[in-house]
Amino acid sequence: MAVPSFLARERIVARPGFNRWLIPPAALAVHLCIGQAYATSVYKTALVEHFDASLTSIGIIFSIAIVMLGLSAALFGTWVDRNGPRAAMFTSAVFWVTGFLVGALGIATEQLWLVYLGYGVIGGIGLGIGYISPVSTLIKWFPDRPGLATGMAIMGFGGGALIATPLSRQLMGFYDPDYVASGPGANVASGDAVAKLFLTFAVVYLVFMMFGAFIVRVPADGWKPAGFDPSTVKAKALVTTSSVSAANAIKTPQFWLLWIVLFCNVTAGIGILEQASPMIQDFFREGDASTVAATAAAGFVGVLSLFNMAGRFVWSSTSDYIGRKPIYMVYLGVGIVLYIVLATLGSSATWIFVITAAIIISFYGGGFATIPAYLRDLFGTFQVGAIHGRLLTAWSAAGVAGPLIVNGVLDMAEGEPGELVAGDYRPALFIMVGLLAVGFVANLLVKPVADKWHEPKTEPSPSTQEASAVR
Amino acid sequence: MSSSASTGNPAGTGSPAATGNQQLKHTPTGLIAFAWTLVGVPLAYGLYQTVKTASSLFGG
Repeated sequence: MAVPSFLARERIVARPGFNRWLIPPAALAVHLCIGQAYATSVYKTALVEHFDASLTSIGIIFSIAIVMLGLSAALFGTWVDRNGPRAAMFTSAVFWVTGFLVGALGIATEQLWLVYLGYGVIGGIGLGIGYISPVSTLIKWFPDRPGLATGMAIMGFGGGALIATPLSRQLMGFYDPDYVASGPGANVASGDAVAKLFLTFAVVYLVFMMFGAFIVRVPADGWKPAGFDPSTVKAKALVTTSSVSAANAIKTPQFWLLWIVLFCNVTAGIGILEQASPMIQDFFREGDASTVAATAAAGFVGVLSLFNMAGRFVWSSTSDYIGRKPIYMVYLGVGIVLYIVLATLGSSATWIFVITAAIIISFYGGGFATIPAYLRDLFGTFQVGAIHGRLLTAWSAAGVAGPLIVNGVLDMAEGEPGELVAGDYRPALFIMVGLLAVGFVANLLVKPVADKWHEPKTEPSPSTQEASAVR
Repeated sequence: MSSSASTGNPAGTGSPAATGNQQLKHTPTGLIAFAWTLVGVPLAYGLYQTVKTASSLFGG
């Protein structure tokens, strides 16, 4: 599939003297926008009332978007690698913004299926393409610090929710003067306000994402940072200087071991994120009342958001120094210990509960941010974006499995989240311990990729390969 | 940002291997500052708002 010439990879090859520190803000401009996907809870109740629908029917909007994220990242990954980051960011912006516009139309005309189609399907495609769009470019610009580079971008995805949540409240308050977001007299915004919020996001995100698309550049073939010696990278265990294509990568055990690692890490994190607010209140219930107030529970969600974002940057950057396999041993191994502490001692003191959960969530974020660098170590930079895209199906699967496990366990208890006690959560927490143990073993089994999967040493870059295929 | 600045090139510019006879053209510092500000300001807003919300957990 050809792209217009102004989007083509050949048009954005950096000239000598280009400063690579312009690439992280280009990546952030995209990830900060698509990170809005994690702020959908802020208008969830408003949509329930507007459509007179169940929480589940509204929650499906987010689920469709996450499933589409994984599918589109897997399907379009090779296209993204071949056509470069500008074409990918541009396409992502078009889908993401169209998703908001169609979603706004659905809200305004009270057609829920249009919201599923708009935000869920069309927007979800934008999410998937946008998520992987800067990854391989960042890895190529920062061969000396791939963990830091991808950590910065994927931190932006966490940051996007941090921005969109309070901004949504303020904008809905602006569009609906009767709306009270919190405190005494709190109510929900009108559907009209949510529709206008979607239109506003469409305009703002279009500007930001196009800015990212037009400043992004790819390095020239053979470019390397001044003073960087690739042989020092090769000296590290598990790091290859060879290349593996996306088609071959999925035939290797390493790919599927990392799929299991990501799936287990994400599922375990979702176990807490899914029920964070009612969970902390239930853990500290005395009789009918909880010692943790609703406002403090909202504060706990805020703490988790901060650790989720910080973990993406801090742990991924740390992996540049201690290595990818060891950092996942920390995420999964220490995660096991922390989940056991949470299940057994979590209800003894609020500070134990908060600190333990916060560190677990930082590992959840770190797992997302470090995986592109792990893939680059094992498979090389050749089609790392496409391989990353295929691996993100683990996220989609975890997005379904995590809530299913937690909700399934809580359904067996008598009462709803917000009316339970710590013991009701223990089976779910111990299931997460088991999942993390599976992920830990999968990570231990990761070995260098066999030579038979490597591309010939003189393989062309994705762009030149395409050109030669046309000839 | 200093990891790449060891051969006299400005930080981040690297070695122009395989770039033929293209002229050296440095990225304007103002553009880099503008780009970082554009993404940094919303991020700072989000962080501030979230810290404010999170502080209610410790406020009793």
